[in-house]
Amino acid sequence: MVEALLFFAPASLIIIGALIVIFARNPVHNAMGLVLTLVSLAIIYITLNATFVAMVQMLVYAGAVMTLFLFVIMMIGVDKKEQSTDSIKGQTFLVIGVFLILISLLAYVAVSSEFKWDLWFPPVEYDLEGTPQLIAGVLFTEWIFPFEIISILLIVATAAAIALAYDTKKKNSNA
Amino acid sequence: MIQRKRIVMLEVTTDWYLTLAAMLFTIGFLGMMIRKNALIMFMCIELMLNAVNLTFISASNHFGKIDGQVFVFFVLVVAAAEVVVGLAIIVSIFRKQSSASVDVLNVSRG
Repeated sequence: MVEALLFFAPASLIIIGALIVIFARNPVHNAMGLVLTLVSLAIIYITLNATFVAMVQMLVYAGAVMTLFLFVIMMIGVDKKEQSTDSIKGQTFLVIGVFLILISLLAYVAVSSEFKWDLWFPPVEYDLEGTPQLIAGVLFTEWIFPFEIISILLIVATAAAIALAYDTKKKNSNA
Repeated sequence: MIQRKRIVMLEVTTDWYLTLAAMLFTIGFLGMMIRKNALIMFMCIELMLNAVNLTFISASNHFGKIDGQVFVFFVLVVAAAEVVVGLAIIVSIFRKQSSASVDVLNVSRG
């Protein structure tokens, strides 16, 4: 019963936060809805024995990424009204059609599997605790090549962000 | 006795987590389609990435292998890099056009 409660309470918060993200009009409210979703996801990760990933989720997503989002929202301004006119003809019908197709595909998969996934692929009996030691042991041996590529990607992204911000600044001060 | 126990004890299997991930992905996709503010669209991308992360973690717990969690780590790093570059692009576009709506962004049209 506690297990079910530990699933359904964060799960409903995740859905509520996601709905706030896509339907709220004030960008700050959208960001707060995203924070709600990310923190609830971290709780779900802990119940799934992924403690290290849950902590990284809290630090990187709910901390760093959301701070960056809020900085940009403050720079751009929160009272910007969205354009309500469609630039593509029949955009609304296209959106509803694509969304219905996706929903019906998901429902078809869910119904046709009859929620018997656990019987087809039986779960393991033991609990795998995702500790930093265990993750680091795999990360620095088996996944060392992707790890190095990821570090290069981070350096490139940092350099690109600095270049983008610096270039426009210089143009603004010259003009 | 046994029947009553079955009603009270609702077991949360991996299916529930996968269904939750599918719902989260669908909501993110819907937001991507209906919103025109580039910032909100970025948040919807984050929602979809997190849905995939939830799938990875639940499968990692299901099969008792750590590789899924390592992959979530990679996805987190890629998402952070994507947000940094994307937000820098949005800010530089906003300085030029003073709008974050994607409908204004037709400068690369022929």
